[in-house]
Amino acid sequence: MENNGWSEFEIGAMLRSFEGPATNIATTHTEDRNYSASNSFTASVADWRIEKPVFNKDYCIDCQFCWIYCPDMSIISRDKKMIGVDMDHCKGCGICVEVCPTNPKSLLMFQEQHDDEVALAEWPEKETKEK
Amino acid sequence: MSEIKKIKNLKEFSTSADRFEGANLLCPGCAHSIIVREVLNATNDDLILSAATGCLEVCTAVYPYTSWDASWIHIGFENGSTAVAGAEAMHKALKRKGRLKQDRDPKFVSFAGDGASYDIGFQWISGCFERGHNMMHVVLDNEVYANTGGQRSSSTPIGSSATTSPAGRISYGEKKNKKDMLAIMAAHGSPYVAQVAPNKWKNMIKAIQHGFEAEGPVFINAMSACTTEWKFAPEDTIAISDLATDSLVFPLYEIIDGQKLNITYRPKNVVPVEEYLAAQGRFKHLFKDQYKYLIKEWQERVDQKWDYLQRREEASV
Ligand code: SF4
Ligand code: SF4
Repeated sequence: MENNGWSEFEIGAMLRSFEGPATNIATTHTEDRNYSASNSFTASVADWRIEKPVFNKDYCIDCQFCWIYCPDMSIISRDKKMIGVDMDHCKGCGICVEVCPTNPKSLLMFQEQHDDEVALAEWPEKETKEK
Repeated sequence: MSEIKKIKNLKEFSTSADRFEGANLLCPGCAHSIIVREVLNATNDDLILSAATGCLEVCTAVYPYTSWDASWIHIGFENGSTAVAGAEAMHKALKRKGRLKQDRDPKFVSFAGDGASYDIGFQWISGCFERGHNMMHVVLDNEVYANTGGQRSSSTPIGSSATTSPAGRISYGEKKNKKDMLAIMAAHGSPYVAQVAPNKWKNMIKAIQHGFEAEGPVFINAMSACTTEWKFAPEDTIAISDLATDSLVFPLYEIIDGQKLNITYRPKNVVPVEEYLAAQGRFKHLFKDQYKYLIKEWQERVDQKWDYLQRREEASV
């Protein structure tokens, strides 16, 4: 084998997260990023779900509990407002529903094949505590 | 020196742009990912990261994908810490020689599970801390080798059923108590060590930012509730984490300069250890008559530790 310098080495399995220069990623949201095809953002785990979260913005107080505790970066918040769920990356764990503090909840789990509009129309009423 | 990111409240924090991506293969409801998000979002600085072999590593770098939006390296089970230490040493040398293309100071962080930290990578971490690298080592402490099928590690607590210490007719499962890594790392003279939990996000951010500001090797033990091996439903990750911190099974505290201990979270209502144990399948057998005494012993251990932590805090040692 030839004696190669560092710069001649094969790079092995090096994956780029972005195409071209990637500066200030920490302050650039997903919609403005130039993801490369090897970034898992371009993949989907939607088929992992049996149940999906449905978001009802009428009751949401933008507390962001769902945003901080979603393990899959799937709660989309912009300008301090919760605006929806990223259905390509949500695994349907249900944590967001559990931590949502409103009454009724602003996020609820439904069967994956359930229609979102129907789900919203069926939304439960405010629960009153029994005395 | 870079500025500390301002995070006054959760609304402000939610404007962060994650540098960790979805469609990784971590289980639904995995706390690892919640911890990683909280750590990475605590700063806007450049990041040099590593992960030791473990769930986090195998699930976030499945060829041809990466889930990391920052420089990230994986080498082996034992050497995630030294990979980052090497990068840190190189950065320091290039900076000294004026050979850095951009004069930016990244944060150096290695992630590893309890297996890769308490057992397999232990001497490597110890070496990093002894040499005094300017880095942070974050343990995703789920108290078991979850990636390889739930074998016990030296972080597995007494009474937990693991695949290499299974509970059954003649055994209550793991027989050894969890290793006190925080004390061990503080004894290295580290400027900052802390135990944190993802459900207490504000406490966590404060600890991480404190760690980023400290000069020298910082050790963070982050409790990571594991839906698969602790055996609870994926939607309950935060509820289980609350039980862990509020029962004081996982007390949150920090030790500064290897000496000064501060308790960083005091639950308003302390819940019995029994409630924490009852919520998880790995402790199910403890509720059989023959093993119930272990629950009592566990409560006594937790009370003793809490008492010890309070006494140390008060004495400021
Ligand atoms: S169900 Fe789980 S993955 Fe999906 S948005 Fe809610 S917390 Fe995130
Ligand atoms: S947890 Fe509920 S109320 Fe809070 S931001 Fe999310 S959906 Fe809205």
